[in-house]
Amino acid sequence: MERALQQIFNFNRKPADEDKDDDLSDSEDSVYSGLEDSGSDSEEEEGSDDDEEEGSDDNDDKMKEKKEGEVSEEKKKHEYEHDSSDEEDIRNTVGNIPMEWYKDFPHIGYNLDGKKIYKPIRNKDELDDFLDKMENPEYWRTVHDKQTGSDVVLSDDQVELVNRLQRGQFGDVNFNECEPMVEFFSSDVMIHPVTNRPADKRSFIPSLTEKEKVSKLVHAIKMGWIKPRRVEDDGRGRYYNLWASEDSSILARHKMHLPAPKIPLPGHHESYNPPPEYLFTDEERALWEQQDPADRKLPFVPRKYSSLRQVPAFSQFIHERFERCLDLYLCPRQRKMRVNVNPEDLIPQLPKPKDLQPFPTTRSLVYRGHSGLVRSISVSPSGQWLASGSDDGSVRFWEVCSSRCMKTVQVGGAVKSVAWNPNPSVCLLAVALDSVVLILSPSLADKQVILSSERLLSAQQEGEEPAEGNGSVVWSEAEGEELNQGLRLKIQHPKAVHQVVWHAKGDYLASVMPDNTSHLQVYIHQLSRRRSQNPFSRNKGLVQCISFHPIRPYFFVATQRSIRIYNLVKQEMTKKLQTNSKWISSMAVHPGGDHVICGSYDCKLSWFDLDLSTKPYKMLRHHKKAVRGVAYHRLYPLFASASDDGSVIVCHGTVYNDLLQNPLIVPVKVLRGHVMTHDLGVLDVTFHPTQPWVFSSGADATICLFT
Amino acid sequence: MGGLQKKKFERGSATNYITRNRARKKLQLSLPDFRRLCILKGIYPHEPKHKKKVNKGSTAPRTFYLLKDIRFLLHEPIVGKFREYKIFVRKLKKAYGKTEWSAVERLRENKPTYKLDHIIKERYPTFIDALRDIDDALCMCFLFSTFARTGKCHVQTIQLCRRLTVEWMNYVIASRSLRKVFLSIKGIYYQAEVMGQLITWVVPYQFSHDHPVDVDYRVMATFTELYTTLLGFVSFRLYSSLNLVYPPKLDSNGESEPKEESEDDYAMNSESYLEKLSALSASLARVVSSADEEEAQLDQFPSEGEDMEKMEAREKELKQQEAQKKLFEGLKFYLNREVPRESLAFVIRCFGGQVSWDKSVCIGSTYDVTDETITHQIIDRPSVGKQYINRYYIQPQWLYDCVNAKILLPVEDYFLGVTLPPHLSPFVEEKEGDYVPPEKLKMMALQRGEKPGNEQEEDEEEEEEEGEQEEEEEQEEDDNGDEEDDEEEVAEEKNLKKMEEQRSQGKSLHVKVTPGKLKVENKARLEQEEKAEEKRLAIMMMKKKEKYLYDKIMFGKKRKVREVRTLPLR
Repeated sequence: MERALQQIFNFNRKPADEDKDDDLSDSEDSVYSGLEDSGSDSEEEEGSDDDEEEGSDDNDDKMKEKKEGEVSEEKKKHEYEHDSSDEEDIRNTVGNIPMEWYKDFPHIGYNLDGKKIYKPIRNKDELDDFLDKMENPEYWRTVHDKQTGSDVVLSDDQVELVNRLQRGQFGDVNFNECEPMVEFFSSDVMIHPVTNRPADKRSFIPSLTEKEKVSKLVHAIKMGWIKPRRVEDDGRGRYYNLWASEDSSILARHKMHLPAPKIPLPGHHESYNPPPEYLFTDEERALWEQQDPADRKLPFVPRKYSSLRQVPAFSQFIHERFERCLDLYLCPRQRKMRVNVNPEDLIPQLPKPKDLQPFPTTRSLVYRGHSGLVRSISVSPSGQWLASGSDDGSVRFWEVCSSRCMKTVQVGGAVKSVAWNPNPSVCLLAVALDSVVLILSPSLADKQVILSSERLLSAQQEGEEPAEGNGSVVWSEAEGEELNQGLRLKIQHPKAVHQVVWHAKGDYLASVMPDNTSHLQVYIHQLSRRRSQNPFSRNKGLVQCISFHPIRPYFFVATQRSIRIYNLVKQEMTKKLQTNSKWISSMAVHPGGDHVICGSYDCKLSWFDLDLSTKPYKMLRHHKKAVRGVAYHRLYPLFASASDDGSVIVCHGTVYNDLLQNPLIVPVKVLRGHVMTHDLGVLDVTFHPTQPWVFSSGADATICLFT
Repeated sequence: MGGLQKKKFERGSATNYITRNRARKKLQLSLPDFRRLCILKGIYPHEPKHKKKVNKGSTAPRTFYLLKDIRFLLHEPIVGKFREYKIFVRKLKKAYGKTEWSAVERLRENKPTYKLDHIIKERYPTFIDALRDIDDALCMCFLFSTFARTGKCHVQTIQLCRRLTVEWMNYVIASRSLRKVFLSIKGIYYQAEVMGQLITWVVPYQFSHDHPVDVDYRVMATFTELYTTLLGFVSFRLYSSLNLVYPPKLDSNGESEPKEESEDDYAMNSESYLEKLSALSASLARVVSSADEEEAQLDQFPSEGEDMEKMEAREKELKQQEAQKKLFEGLKFYLNREVPRESLAFVIRCFGGQVSWDKSVCIGSTYDVTDETITHQIIDRPSVGKQYINRYYIQPQWLYDCVNAKILLPVEDYFLGVTLPPHLSPFVEEKEGDYVPPEKLKMMALQRGEKPGNEQEEDEEEEEEEGEQEEEEEQEEDDNGDEEDDEEEVAEEKNLKKMEEQRSQGKSLHVKVTPGKLKVENKARLEQEEKAEEKRLAIMMMKKKEKYLYDKIMFGKKRKVREVRTLPLR
């Protein structure tokens, strides 16, 4: 900024200098003019100034034009000679440097000849300056030239110029700034060319490059790379009778085509003004909001608007359309045969229970007297007496028809199992408790029978000594009070006995001592010879229950998951039945001997046809809880199962002599009569030997007779 | 030994299917192109029966296409067009990059286009096939025609959709084939019967859409491309079947009208012409003048095995349909400006009514509010300033309910400012045992020609229903029946026991002979019980699988019954 100002002053000073040139030294002038000769960019103005001085002010304009021409020519000559602003004023050759550097010297630079330019001898101090200011009327127009160290008094013209520039006006008074512009190039076509140059040759002969380009295009058109401009046809909106000729040529694809299902039609829920019952209650609303969008029954919340104008736009509309689009092209399709099953058709057609009578239907008698749960019951072969063993440590004998307790025997322990000797000519009862099997003679028959049974028990005593070969089982006679109660024999086992069964002939009985670790689980005792033997030498699993074949010398052993059938004569296993149940609880053999039913704790009842397969012929899952006992009727085609759900289900199970015909199994009656106690229902079930009656003993300490 | 070892997955179902990626590679298409192709050609994935076999032992979730479908795509000319288009885009990009504007222009002029006519013909070999599939096309076109001209899709597409939907509505009016209308919260559902096919479409309410961001408009646009083509051809065929001019022309009132005016009509630019068409107020020009057209009386030939009853029912239905077609004949409607004009005009004209509206609402109004012959004015505001005495002022729902009921319903329920009766869906057909809203029962009674006053019958019906329900309840109770009997026995026994005790204690009994109660044996009930038990026992013997199925069915049935019972209690 300061520098620019200085320039201005420099500029302003020049004419003054020139004015002074006359007064001052010639040498300076000569220097100046010489400089002008050498020519410089900045000299233009100075030159013009010179001209101005030379020429008159009147024809200033014309002069200027002329001058410009000259100057431009001059310029052309010296255009690149130098380009330095230092040489504006070269009375002092030190250049454009801060003059303070010469502060301590007597001179302030050098002139062109290399001579020192000395400072004025008398330096002005502040006081001089002040005096000068006060006294000298020219002081305001005196400027100190630092480069020469001299004071310059500006002329009137110069002062005027400075003032004009300060006001932002042109330096030249006569310059008309609002002069109309003379257009050099105008829209008018002149008769003369701007340049007078003759036309080139290339403007007369055809262009090679253009030819190349054209030939390229022609080639491209010939080759079909460039297509002619297509005729604009609006084929999209033009329709015609597309199905004019309906050819019935159905593509193979159409056979495989699965049309997309249509969108289900809206129900009352979707109405803008639905019946009030279709609106959501608060709970439903909350549920709807909680649910995952995929689980929701309705994809929207039903709403009611009192008039049509209040119905807003449905925000999901575009979404739904889009979903539909996605379904149409993304969703895998599969033809699914939707079976419209009438549920009634699924129910198997069975003979009516009415036609399968007789079977027990009603509870007719209840035998009360026990105080603990009744584990086991057994009916005498004559069908007159019922024996029951209970957890209260007693065995009771009931008359079947009158439900009267004829006899109570305290055996001193929870009775696990009772079994009446099936031989009608003897009257004996086997009772299993703790680790003892007791043989009771209840003397509930005519004299003949009692005598014969006594004889059976005592026959061995007279004959030979009991074979004590098997040391673990001890046979002993009952004595004293026990004898009075009817106790005859005690068979002491090494472990707790769970079940006792008779052979059909009534001489043999078998007992079970479930124990997973030893092979001593089953004993077969012969009563007439007081002999016991363990038929198995190897442990094949936890024995649950056993049974004799009613006719042939076979022996059934049910372990936890399977039933094994042994031939007692050949001493070998003949069959192994897979029950497909987790834990067998009970088993019964058909009086014909070819069928077995087996109940399990996982609520199943399986019927095996031994001639058919080792797999169950039928699995019945009609009990809700564990099956505790199963039984066949000796004469009628009936079987029953007792379960913890407190019910006894009686089924009809006809077995045909024809081997090709499978047994017919029809459930005929659900009998209920026991009260659930301690989550236990019916514990044992048995049929009357001659009548279609069934007995059941329950955890509620009662025994029921259903007839 | 001997024979080549069979390799896995080289025969059978594994070779019939192809995964999507492999299909794409086979066709050498990018995923968007493949998608477009699938949409246009109607190729969809198939769910194989044994997924693991098809998936070569893996259970990864994959979509499978039929190999035959993909092979069939190989020969599709459209695929070539897709490739051409790809090249076009590439060239265009290059030209832009080089700023060769003339090349850009030239390329743009030669932009490859394709037609879908052959695809339509191939996908729908017969016209009926096309009609069957037109539901989605209509829904889509109606939706697109309501789009604003924003950047979501091409303006031409919107215009084309609008044109096609107007054509469709005009056809439905001309053929009087509208059957049902339903105002839902989503939009207005219409159902028309065209050539024996029931066609349902939904039109959104007239609001601007706030376009969701998670919707791919390219997919929708591709579908619309197909659907507009389909709908155009179907319209053409439908118009020609009714002897109407296609593209539709407004009927110029016979010969009496001066020629110049019709010239002027033709000169009208296409957009305003479309607007006039979309006003739906004028009938369309026919190729053959409609005067000599007569409905031939169709003879009825009972097909074998069809008894008279069925035939009578059918005849009755036909008659009813004819009556429905002339539902609004002779009525003159005037629409206020706040009601949805297009929908109402469409419905009224479909059933033969005359309709007009304020001139400022839309082009094409035929008479003014002041017309004295107007019978009904449709209005949807709480009150109105000046009322004419010889017309009904009713809310728009009346029209829709009338259409669905197929009779003119009493207007009292729909007067100005009255709380409207619920609007029911006409698409719900109640089966036996379903819940029927009371309003529907009322409507059915009206249809049978009963007066709305005697509601006794309704009550009876309801009672009947209740009776049925009770029966069901009884059946359920049967399960508990045995237990009850047992309880009775127990009680009796207790009594006896008490007496026994008393006897044993030696007390003299208060002997008292009370007259025994006669136990009425309900024979019917006993029989029912027996039957129920039989059934229960038989159910026990069911196989596991069947039992499962049976339980499932019964569960569904019971739930339905429960719903039916709880619905009216709200």
